[in-house]
Amino acid sequence: MSTRAKVEITVNGRPTSADVEPRLLLVHYLRDTVGLKATNIGCDTTSCGACTVLLDGESVKSCTVLAVQADQQSVTTLEGLAELSPGGEPHPMVRAFRAEHGLQCGFCTPGMVLAAVSLLAEHPDPTERDVREGLEGNLCRCTGYHNIVRAVLSAAGKDPDAEQRREAESDAARIAPAFSTGEAGA
Amino acid sequence: MIPVGFDYARPDSVDAALALIAEHGEDATILAGGHSLLPVMKLRLAAPELVIDIGRLTELNYIRVDGDDVAIGAGSRHREVEVSEVLATEVPLLPAVARTVGDPQVRHRGTIGGSLAHADPASDLPAAVLALNGMVVLRSPRGERSVPITQFYTGVFSTVKEPDELIVEIRVPRAGAQLSQGWAFEKFTRRANDWAIVGVAVVDGRVGLVNMGSTPLRASATEAALADGASIEDAAALADQATDPPADTAATPQYRRHLAKVLTRRALQTASGG
Amino acid sequence: MSILGTRVVRTEDPVFLTRGATYTDDLTDERLTGALHLTLVRSPLAHARITAIDVEAARQAPGVVAVYTGADLGLDPVVLFPGANKGMKRPWLATEKVRFVGEPVAAVLTEELYQGPDAAELVEIDYDPLPAVIDLRAAATDEVLLFEDVGTNTAAGHGVDDEPAADLFDGCEVVVGHEIVNQRLAAAPLETRAAAAVWGSDGRVTVFCSNQNAQGARDEIARWLGLDRDRVHVILPDVGGGFGAKIGADPEFALVAHLAKLSDRPVRWSESRSENMTGMLQGRAQRQTITIGGGRDGRVKAYRLDILADAGAYPRLGAFLPQFTRMMAPGTYDIERLDTRARVVVTNTTSIGAYRGAGRPEATAAIERAMDLFAAEIGMDPAEVRKCNVIAPDKFPFTSKGGVEYDSGEYAKAIDKALEAAGYAQLRAEQAARRERGDAKLLGLGVSSYVEITGGGAYAENASVEVHPDGTVTVLTGTSPHGQGHATAWAMLASEHLGVPIEKITVRHGDTDLIPRGSGTMGSRSLQTGGVAVYQAAGELVELAKQRAAELLEANVDDLEVDKERAAIVVRGAPGAKSVTFAQLAEQERLQVDTVWDGQKPSFPFGAHVAVVEVDRETGKVTVERLVAVDDAGPVLNPLLFDGQRHGGIAQGISQALLEEVVYDSEGQPLTATFADYGFPSAAELPSFDLVDMQTPTPINPLGYKGVGEAGTIGSTPAVQSAVVDALAHLGVRHIDMPTTPLRVWEAIQTAAKGAE
Repeated sequence: MSTRAKVEITVNGRPTSADVEPRLLLVHYLRDTVGLKATNIGCDTTSCGACTVLLDGESVKSCTVLAVQADQQSVTTLEGLAELSPGGEPHPMVRAFRAEHGLQCGFCTPGMVLAAVSLLAEHPDPTERDVREGLEGNLCRCTGYHNIVRAVLSAAGKDPDAEQRREAESDAARIAPAFSTGEAGA
Repeated sequence: MIPVGFDYARPDSVDAALALIAEHGEDATILAGGHSLLPVMKLRLAAPELVIDIGRLTELNYIRVDGDDVAIGAGSRHREVEVSEVLATEVPLLPAVARTVGDPQVRHRGTIGGSLAHADPASDLPAAVLALNGMVVLRSPRGERSVPITQFYTGVFSTVKEPDELIVEIRVPRAGAQLSQGWAFEKFTRRANDWAIVGVAVVDGRVGLVNMGSTPLRASATEAALADGASIEDAAALADQATDPPADTAATPQYRRHLAKVLTRRALQTASGG
Repeated sequence: MSILGTRVVRTEDPVFLTRGATYTDDLTDERLTGALHLTLVRSPLAHARITAIDVEAARQAPGVVAVYTGADLGLDPVVLFPGANKGMKRPWLATEKVRFVGEPVAAVLTEELYQGPDAAELVEIDYDPLPAVIDLRAAATDEVLLFEDVGTNTAAGHGVDDEPAADLFDGCEVVVGHEIVNQRLAAAPLETRAAAAVWGSDGRVTVFCSNQNAQGARDEIARWLGLDRDRVHVILPDVGGGFGAKIGADPEFALVAHLAKLSDRPVRWSESRSENMTGMLQGRAQRQTITIGGGRDGRVKAYRLDILADAGAYPRLGAFLPQFTRMMAPGTYDIERLDTRARVVVTNTTSIGAYRGAGRPEATAAIERAMDLFAAEIGMDPAEVRKCNVIAPDKFPFTSKGGVEYDSGEYAKAIDKALEAAGYAQLRAEQAARRERGDAKLLGLGVSSYVEITGGGAYAENASVEVHPDGTVTVLTGTSPHGQGHATAWAMLASEHLGVPIEKITVRHGDTDLIPRGSGTMGSRSLQTGGVAVYQAAGELVELAKQRAAELLEANVDDLEVDKERAAIVVRGAPGAKSVTFAQLAEQERLQVDTVWDGQKPSFPFGAHVAVVEVDRETGKVTVERLVAVDDAGPVLNPLLFDGQRHGGIAQGISQALLEEVVYDSEGQPLTATFADYGFPSAAELPSFDLVDMQTPTPINPLGYKGVGEAGTIGSTPAVQSAVVDALAHLGVRHIDMPTTPLRVWEAIQTAAKGAE
């Protein structure tokens, strides 16, 4: 059978290492070897994004990365997000998810939050549509995404009400140009 | 789900990787980003004895102008293709297509070489490279050869690549300002991160089709009609000729044929600035 | 100032957002130390005889502690749902035959997680395939039987013996009908099923599991395993969504408990998504024949609903749910004559249970389709037809022809509010303009009017409130939150009486030793039962505190009141007089109240949704542009939670209309058994939702609360389906089955074009 391999992975700023089977998935390394249970497994087809973590700062689905592939690299999970934030305060994304009720059962949340952090790193000034498309790799069954989108907009420093209104108005202008908000009162 | 156990090697050079491939033959599998391979291994549809990880080989990770071509290292991730300034200027179709592959997490890991090697006819990048008349550069201990992508695919999940060969580079002609007829990509899905039900990549009057047969295909009849001066509408109506589209829960072959024509027309119109 | 009705962020969230919640598979409970991992070997065939099982090779695999087949268990097949045909028993591990893809056949226990699938692959099972029956009409013919000894595939009948009323449509100028499908859906909570079990030296088993009802799961596990229920202790850790599919135990939970007994080790199990998509209860799955009749003036006189429902291979709650559909069949409408019946049959598929709405979305979808067909036939606007048939506000309480008493409602007002918010008249004008111009993007408008039954499963719930000497409060509840935010909401209800800030109030649930009685969270019941019980308990605790304080303060009980600022009992109108805090009282003697609230009736939330869709005429692709929802569930306790429930429900409802369907091929192979294949939507497929407020209290409880957990799903599905059909109405399209996929929409357009030729 397979020989074991030694991995050294920095997890949330701390060095970890273990002799592992090469087939060990990164998500199981994080959950079972390191003991950080926030990262969840929601599917087996790289579809749901519940297992999303940051690998060297970029979002990845840790069910589709081998632990050996992350050797000598750096992983951030939900538990480590506070350490990215100055002064150990809750991360702005974490604060926004709470303020906007961007979570219900919480299962998709760790992955969703990290996907959102990665999204804003790449698109610091997103529109509602950018956020929706940028989160296409993360499934949530509880929230209908409405408040998740608001949370991410809010974490980007935008007013979610204004952004959603802008999106609605641009839809309205497209759907019913003669009757869109701008002209309806005229 | 959990893969069957395997041995793992992470060679530090392409040559070392090639030596391992030569040594282990079909018992070995190449792992780059892992986003084609690991899903099938997790479902136990593939169970290699040795996985050779080339994901860290920086010598496969570049995008640069090389003469009349842009040369793309096979290890370039979809995200790197998506944001490449060289490609944005020289081959803008490719970033546009890369942007629609999977989702951000997948694009952070998956590589263009892996996508081309996997040879899934529902995959977007092969059809785009096909429309670009690209070349696939293969290397083995026996040397290096370039295969036009038009001759690369032989069937579902199969190519002319020999077991001891590795895709090291993809070359696509520089287009940029020379484009006479523009470019566009139309991808039809039910959900944003689904595989294309049908996709159409258009560049400079050439048309690549996603998911219209056992390999990525060119809409040759459409291309010929365009070359003969046919209207976009008339040319696009030929887009399903010589295709053999699959049936699945999302589409019948007949519906795919219809979509291919509609999407080809739209892509050609976009490409022509209309 | 009252905390009720205010926007309060959740007390659950700080942990959920920093360390993550603790789900069953996350447990590091020391009782589970050394637990074995269970891997189930599941049938790859839908219907087959088992001719041989060889587990020897698997037993030799690394890490294998034991491999069990059905013959090793010493358990007889069991009736999982007593409300269906009692001959349709499920074996714990199939021995003679398998009846659906995914049915467990063998159980492998390994030391390590990764050893399980390796060993499971070595279990050799020989099958002799049998013809599978998937189609409901084929199942109803009994040509292929799942249970030969039972002699029929009919699992249950509801009203099937009643003679159909021959004169139902007498006097109707117009009668229209259609056969429609309310397709099978996967609940697909993000957390799959999981359980862990350990036996104590006292002969009791502790079962940790992911569920919506600890007490129900305890009772079922005990009954199935033949144990006294006092010997079963169920603990629910955090639960990652349920949507009805986690109501009560699943046979796997009891199997985990039994295997822990046989192996004398703790055992844990967490299924993969692929297993979940065939093993977990699914929902809906009704084939309905609707017929509606009335006058050209728009008045509907009669409605018939014939249901053929799928139970899956082994009947569960799904065998009963069509009864809910019958009960709610007439919806919001005052219809003179109603005729309904439902037959439930078994098929070689995954069992059917509850899925968000559970019987009511099926009723609403049917009557709303019928209203649209009727409107199209008489050439009246569908919104107008609805308004001229809804029950008038002065008729409440209203006993419907479905046999239930609607408590309160203003159905026409809800429709008007939704139409106004959507700008319905302008959109109709735009729709006409687009049709006139021959635009490629067609506009469709759908209106739904709905009423549903909530709290219909169990009207009573218990609660306990205790103030501790340190001033903190513990609330015990028989409800079982899995995302709804009861920890926050119940704390608000207790705080309203006690003045204790919600951060100091801990809400506990889902532990049958701590809370032996409870009916869990399902059917949108929690606030109007469990929440009201907490409110009542806190109120009773204040009365108890006043009695004790009266002596201490040497005052008359009637002169005492609560000073919420200080969480204390004070003498009314005597500032500076003596007072005593709840905490001080608790120091002297335990300050705790147990109570039961029994509303004795269900409540009937209602509302109206308007959907606006664009249909790409060439490709058939539908985009939801707007979804306007009026959901009236009485007064709102916490708008943050209330709207969150609506959002989630609306998304699932839209998704039923457009995307989701569990599909089997004719041999019973599931074609949608992964998230790659099943049409679960992401944020990119959905719009933001427009929510409109409306609050009509119910008289059945002192706070006027109804349930909102399923409202969004019930209202949005028919609105969106109707909008899709409406976009194509001018082409002659009258109906498209859900999900209205691009393929189906395109085919409907093609068929209509051919019909027009």
